[in-house]
Amino acid sequence: MSSLAVRKAAPAAGTTPGTAQGPPLRRRIAFVPTVTLLLGAIYCLLPVAWVLIAATKSGRELFSTFTFLPGTGFAENVKDLNAYRDGVYWKWMGNSALYAGLGALLSTAVSALSGYALAIYRFRGRETVFNILLAGVLMPPVILAIPQYLLLAKADLTDSYASVLLPLVLSPYGVYLARIYATAAVPSDVVEAGRMDGASEWRIFTRVALPMMVPGLVTVFLFQFVAVWNNFLLPYIMLSDDEKFPITLGLFTLLEQGANTPALYTLVITGALLAVIPLIALFLVIQRFWSLDLLSGAVKS
Amino acid sequence: MTSARRKSYGVKGAPYAFLLPATTLFALFFALPIGYAIWLSLHKVQVKGLGLGSGARSEVWAGLENYTDALTDSELLDGALRVLGYGAIVVPVMLGLALLFALMLDTERVRLAPFTRLAIFLPYAIPGVVAALLWGFLYLPDVSPFYFVLDKLGLPQPDLLDGGGLYAALSNIAVWGGTGFNMIVIYTSLQAIPAEVHEAAKLDGATPLQIALRIKIPMVAPSLVLTFFFSIIATLQVFSEPTTLKPLTNSISTTWSPLMKVYQDAFQNGDIYSAAATAVIIAFVTLLLSFGFLRAANSRTKQQGEAR
Repeated sequence: MSSLAVRKAAPAAGTTPGTAQGPPLRRRIAFVPTVTLLLGAIYCLLPVAWVLIAATKSGRELFSTFTFLPGTGFAENVKDLNAYRDGVYWKWMGNSALYAGLGALLSTAVSALSGYALAIYRFRGRETVFNILLAGVLMPPVILAIPQYLLLAKADLTDSYASVLLPLVLSPYGVYLARIYATAAVPSDVVEAGRMDGASEWRIFTRVALPMMVPGLVTVFLFQFVAVWNNFLLPYIMLSDDEKFPITLGLFTLLEQGANTPALYTLVITGALLAVIPLIALFLVIQRFWSLDLLSGAVKS
Repeated sequence: MTSARRKSYGVKGAPYAFLLPATTLFALFFALPIGYAIWLSLHKVQVKGLGLGSGARSEVWAGLENYTDALTDSELLDGALRVLGYGAIVVPVMLGLALLFALMLDTERVRLAPFTRLAIFLPYAIPGVVAALLWGFLYLPDVSPFYFVLDKLGLPQPDLLDGGGLYAALSNIAVWGGTGFNMIVIYTSLQAIPAEVHEAAKLDGATPLQIALRIKIPMVAPSLVLTFFFSIIATLQVFSEPTTLKPLTNSISTTWSPLMKVYQDAFQNGDIYSAAATAVIIAFVTLLLSFGFLRAANSRTKQQGEAR
């Protein structure tokens, strides 16, 4: 800082605002940052653009034409995908929606309850409980998944919807975010006022605190939805019946078979495109509600 | 306040009741499996006679045998080295790009910022398996536009699915998927810097580059530490990307990363005992690295705080 102050005498003429040239300069585009960001955007959109175009190609066109030229086979590819094993693809999409939707909902409920309890009440063992729950973040999923599989096998629960749903309901990160948000959003005098009025603790939580926590809980829900939708390892370990597969695992098995039969490539590519579209659509809609302040708040503390 | 608390009976028990779902789930899906994994890692199967009939196979105490076996297993050590090499590319490149983009977004008069921010964040919404699949096709000479261009230009065509190229290929998938999220985290904390701070520096004649290097980066150091920390944990656990690329190449073995070896041991070779030991070792190394890193980061920020 001090070295900057010393250099006061040599200001770069063009960069000082508030001088006579101020207004026109402000309208000038910052060239380097804009170009850098555009390159970054191109890099990030490239595979998506590629799959969009590749999905329109028939199997023959895929290997013969320039990749960024649209083909003529999109309708055919979708029809093939629908026909593949009696439409098992759509079953996978439905399963993913179920795992991610229901899983994220349950997870948000548990996070809300725990986050609220940890934020509002003073009780013995509060920090211990919090730290133990948080330690779960550090546990590599595979370390948990194998004994989880063996234990669920003993309960005869593997290869079921529950085996993919239940292990993901408790999200340490969700509890953490919910606690931070509840601390910031639910004033303790509001809780006290509820008690004065004779409301039960449960009623105060559901009627008073929960509405105040909604924006934070939306973030928890979205994080968890994406996390479950993107999960591969747990269903990979737990499931063997492909009627119960989520889309990630389904596409993987399709690719595994397709590796030896290039005829299946178009199916995999079309499947990948259709799997990405709902997520991108959801993403475009929700990014407006995505509570980034919460994210940074979580980062700062 | 105290009278209200005394009046309502529920208050004392309420937090425990509210925490019941979380603690129950923790016990069932975290504590119990971890305990079971540790128990398994200390046991092995002993086969009596020909191993036929019930009771011929029994679990017996193995002590640290599984651990010594795992630690002297060259396959595991090779896998660990591969993942270290992979991490040495992914973490600096991903966080470097994330920081660069965040700083660029935070620049004055930058155009198209909302669009580019969203575009760079977009890969976060795409599952790792699908990302690996998309890039996998882009690495295949038969269908990739890169190879098409290289071919037309008469340039050499690197093999991205073998040898050193494979590291670049796998790292690229992780960088592509993770840069946006980290960029958002860093950008959000950049936005939290009060405007007066760089206004003052600018009046003092500091260039945007100087402001970025001497003011912005030090001020977002805590979020850099956090993103670094989570990136390292995620890198050590790489599993789905190499698993997805595997059908496209012969260079990724079933034990490419340590976690793939754990999976292989447990479900392909049916040796859950040594798989458990390997898993416990990986968890232990992860925890050790995490805490070591957090301690180092904490003492550094404390020193800086005192210096100020």
